[in-house]
Amino acid sequence: MNCLSCHEEQRLKLGWGDLFGRNDPLSVCSECSSMLERVNGEICRMCGRSFSIFPEQYRQGDLCFDCVEWGDVGNSITKNRSLYQYNPFLQEIMARYKYRGDAELVKLFEHDLRVLFKKEFKRTLLVPVPLSNERQYERGFNQAELIAKLIGKPFYKALERPVHEEKQSKKSKQERLQHAAIFTLNDEFRETITGADVTIVDDLYTTGATIQAAGKILLDHGARTVSSITVARG
Amino acid sequence: MGATLVRFASVSSQKGSTLCPEPLVQTSNTSLQSLNLLPEINMFPLDPSFSYNQDLQFHLLGRHLLFDELPFPIEQIHSHYLHGYLLYEKGIATSKNHLSCQRCGNDDPSLFASFACFRCKEDSCVYCRKCIMMGRVSQCTPLIRWTGPVPNVALTSHSFLEWEGTLSELQKQASKQMCGVVGKPKELLVWAVCGAGKTEILFEAIDRALQQGLRVCLASPRTDVITELSPRFERAFPKAGVVSLYGGHSELAAPSPLVLSTTHQLFRFEEAFDVIIVDEVDAFPYSFDPTLQFAVKKAATDQATRIYLSATPSKKMKRRVHTKQLEVIHISRRFHGYPLPVPEFKWCGNWSKLLKKGRIPPIIHKWIDNKLTSGVQSFLFVPTIDDLTTIHSILKEYPGIDSVHASDLDRIEKIRRFRKGEIRMLLTTTILERGVTVPGIDVGVIGADHEVFSSNALVQIAGRVGRSIGDPYGEVVYFHYGKTTAMVSAKREIKSHNQRAGFGTSR
Repeated sequence: MNCLSCHEEQRLKLGWGDLFGRNDPLSVCSECSSMLERVNGEICRMCGRSFSIFPEQYRQGDLCFDCVEWGDVGNSITKNRSLYQYNPFLQEIMARYKYRGDAELVKLFEHDLRVLFKKEFKRTLLVPVPLSNERQYERGFNQAELIAKLIGKPFYKALERPVHEEKQSKKSKQERLQHAAIFTLNDEFRETITGADVTIVDDLYTTGATIQAAGKILLDHGARTVSSITVARG
Repeated sequence: MGATLVRFASVSSQKGSTLCPEPLVQTSNTSLQSLNLLPEINMFPLDPSFSYNQDLQFHLLGRHLLFDELPFPIEQIHSHYLHGYLLYEKGIATSKNHLSCQRCGNDDPSLFASFACFRCKEDSCVYCRKCIMMGRVSQCTPLIRWTGPVPNVALTSHSFLEWEGTLSELQKQASKQMCGVVGKPKELLVWAVCGAGKTEILFEAIDRALQQGLRVCLASPRTDVITELSPRFERAFPKAGVVSLYGGHSELAAPSPLVLSTTHQLFRFEEAFDVIIVDEVDAFPYSFDPTLQFAVKKAATDQATRIYLSATPSKKMKRRVHTKQLEVIHISRRFHGYPLPVPEFKWCGNWSKLLKKGRIPPIIHKWIDNKLTSGVQSFLFVPTIDDLTTIHSILKEYPGIDSVHASDLDRIEKIRRFRKGEIRMLLTTTILERGVTVPGIDVGVIGADHEVFSSNALVQIAGRVGRSIGDPYGEVVYFHYGKTTAMVSAKREIKSHNQRAGFGTSR
């Protein structure tokens, strides 16, 4: 099997696990896999950012300053957990996935994503962050939806994004934090959401603005708690 | 960008059943389908009374593009189709158990994948992963090409070439021979040693082609070759409107008779060039990637002149030369007239085992000491990245040594510092085997018997030495633990070039 990311043929080392059918076939070669930096060690209790890559003075107890700030404006998220640091390697992968449209690349995250979901978000309802129709047409798919699908549990398209607006990545932090309500609730899922513990699924957590906005709508419509899972932590 | 579209309806009209893109469908009861599910796409006869858009013609001429790559309204594009001026083609050709990408020619099943497509609403829309970096071609993506008239190019007798340099006697002969094939449906290999000055040899022949109104493309598998050649060609042909295309720089708003392009960018062309010149035809990835060869073939017309440049042609090419299927021009002498440095073999014991123990074979250590004290700059080639790290860590005490490999982010910076003389010895994997030319250096190869050092790689490596007229000599040493066929044949080839250039067999 060729590596999903670099397309190089993999020299498989067979081990006992293979004999007993316990190893998943590797979708990614060891070299590419080693370029993905998993988030581990001490993390911010709220946003899941690793403290190790973070200057000490921006930390307040087990929270980072950004999350302290979110607490002041009204925080809607219980916790966020992300798989990997958004390093140059992952940035390249994400660009290929989202902007070039190489949907298959999502499979790179399958194993780690399932493990993280089981560990942190068991028995929650998955809600992917939606795209506007225009954006989804342009890409051909919604990257967050494919990630949600990968977890292997049912997911609910409970949110809608009626307004087509500029890409988050083209906006400044200020602009992102000042955003108006960009999401609306899909009425079909009003009852499903009421009283539920929801996990929002997205590709990337940067300032948290998108996920906070999504969380607020869900809380306003009766969700009990809202947390989030993302592939990358920017 | 024009509105993107991918679903089509079959609509009956006076002209019979025609395709109609989704945004232009007027009745709501027509069924829309992915392009992939429609039968044949009909082509209309050219309507000479139709007044076509010249900008669109310029954009599309000789190219093979996606809707997303055409900045024109969909109505306008479609009306050109209805009048026979352009054609939609299925991006992915699907037949029983076989898929092939019509843009890049990929037909390796492992390089196709599918997704639930929001555009065509199919649950499994197959796309090509091979050329994904140029925008996705999926089963519902039409590729568009121009089928209308081609603008007339006025033949001129005046020259486009404004180059003041002079050619050596050998270069002149080669240039003349090349001029002879331009415009004819022929293939020609220019087998020129490293440092022969092959770019200058092309000028006259390209000028000849331009005067005949032919469209010329110089392609290379390597971006750095294109970026290096582009200013030289702009200076040599200031009035030809030279266009250079490479990753991140692929706009082509107006047709140009002289295009410099990476072989990758040729995926966006179809039957566009009458003369196609492929530089470094044996270089990675062109030699390994059949889709790039497909791209070159697709970009040229059937009757095109094909010229290949190489210092180290592949076995296959040499065989074709040998059996007279491929015409060849040999340029065995460097532009400065001195012979190629002949490599020296030095046995160094089991280098691999020693490196594992954290030691460098003494003979190599001595060579390194010698280079550093004598002040001669050098490249030291190493088989693998692991070996590179080991050797670099053993030598970390030495000032002026650095290492570089393919995925090294500081690669360009390190090469720049080497050129400036700040780095005295550069440990490198085979990535520096070609392209980088620094005057007055010596070269060593550790583990020349390793499989990565093919005969061609070893010839290229030796070719780094003695490049400048001020310092045409230099030392090339292959350190080995048992001679390989590759080493022997590399040396033999270098010697035979020197012999052909009239230097005799002695060293």
